Amino acid sequence: MGVIEAVQQEVSERGILLASADKLVNWARTGSMWPMTFGLACCAVEFMHAGAARYDLDRFGMVPRASPRQSDVIFVAGTLTHKMAPVLRKLYDQMPEPRWVISMGSCANGGGYYHHGYSVVRGCDCIIPVDIFIPGCPPTAEAFLYGILQLHKKVHRTNTLYSGWGASGVTESRGVRT
Amino acid sequence: MTQEKLDRLEQLITDRLPELARERLADALIVRVTPETLVATMTRLRDDPELNFTQMVDLTGVHYPQREKPLEVVYQLLSVHKNHRLRVKLAVDEQTPVPSVIDVWWCADWFERETYEMFGILFSGHPDLRRLLTDYDFEGYPLRKDFPLSGLTEVRYDPAQRRVIRQSLQMVHPNREPYQANPS
Repeated sequence: MGVIEAVQQEVSERGILLASADKLVNWARTGSMWPMTFGLACCAVEFMHAGAARYDLDRFGMVPRASPRQSDVIFVAGTLTHKMAPVLRKLYDQMPEPRWVISMGSCANGGGYYHHGYSVVRGCDCIIPVDIFIPGCPPTAEAFLYGILQLHKKVHRTNTLYSGWGASGVTESRGVRT
Repeated sequence: MTQEKLDRLEQLITDRLPELARERLADALIVRVTPETLVATMTRLRDDPELNFTQMVDLTGVHYPQREKPLEVVYQLLSVHKNHRLRVKLAVDEQTPVPSVIDVWWCADWFERETYEMFGILFSGHPDLRRLLTDYDFEGYPLRKDFPLSGLTEVRYDPAQRRVIRQSLQMVHPNREPYQANPS
């Protein structure tokens, strides 16, 4: 039996460890949230700004990864086209849970400038469930950073151990329609 | 281009290719060709030492639905050595293929693919006439005037099939009221 299962059993039987263990897990998760580099358009440049010296995402333990298998959060940074949509879904499916999604910029939020176009997805929440929407065209690096901090807040709100390890409630948002 | 340079170029074209129909704009010279004479004309424009159009800068299409031959292919030529430019136009209908100029300028490859994809203009002799930019199963020619702005299909993730599917245009999105596609 693993540590987590042991803790979970302890918690479900006696209910003692709950609060502090959750805090510990959430602290660990928010402290090293590795983003996947998924730049689709100009928003990716603001992502780079946020990662560069002035705003320095490394402070939050965010190290951009080039593989979905190693990442916790995906930033949809830019215009999501029809041709790219299956790729985004495949990458999201390859990410290990728990995973989060930040939709960055007008195009990813709802099609933006290309909303009425024939080749652009009208919001990446038609493809994957989104946790945080960052408005802007493109959002500034400050806005982007604020969005990340909002995601941290959201993660701090989740009761991981109480709802079960890897439970599906983690990434619930307004999400994909069924 | 200056008027003197345009005059000189027009004189050159008149001397060497007198069969071409010419049209003069304020800052450009346009010649019109037919699909039969296209490749021979283009080769002469490239190889003639005085004309020397060694570069094709752009190749695109235009859709004029009211015309008898509704589609037009436009070639923009540049001579770096002589420092002059020429615009070549070619009118076709939807069925008639246009000979590919890929043997004259190698860069015509992707230009012709894009023109085929956007306007449905067929290029005969092109080695690989696939669509270039749009989705793999895309249907229709987006830059034609009769193509609806919002397209005919949209994509979404289907949790039942667990994959991204393409469905007919509905313009219904999470937390948003349905509304009219194709604003005019």
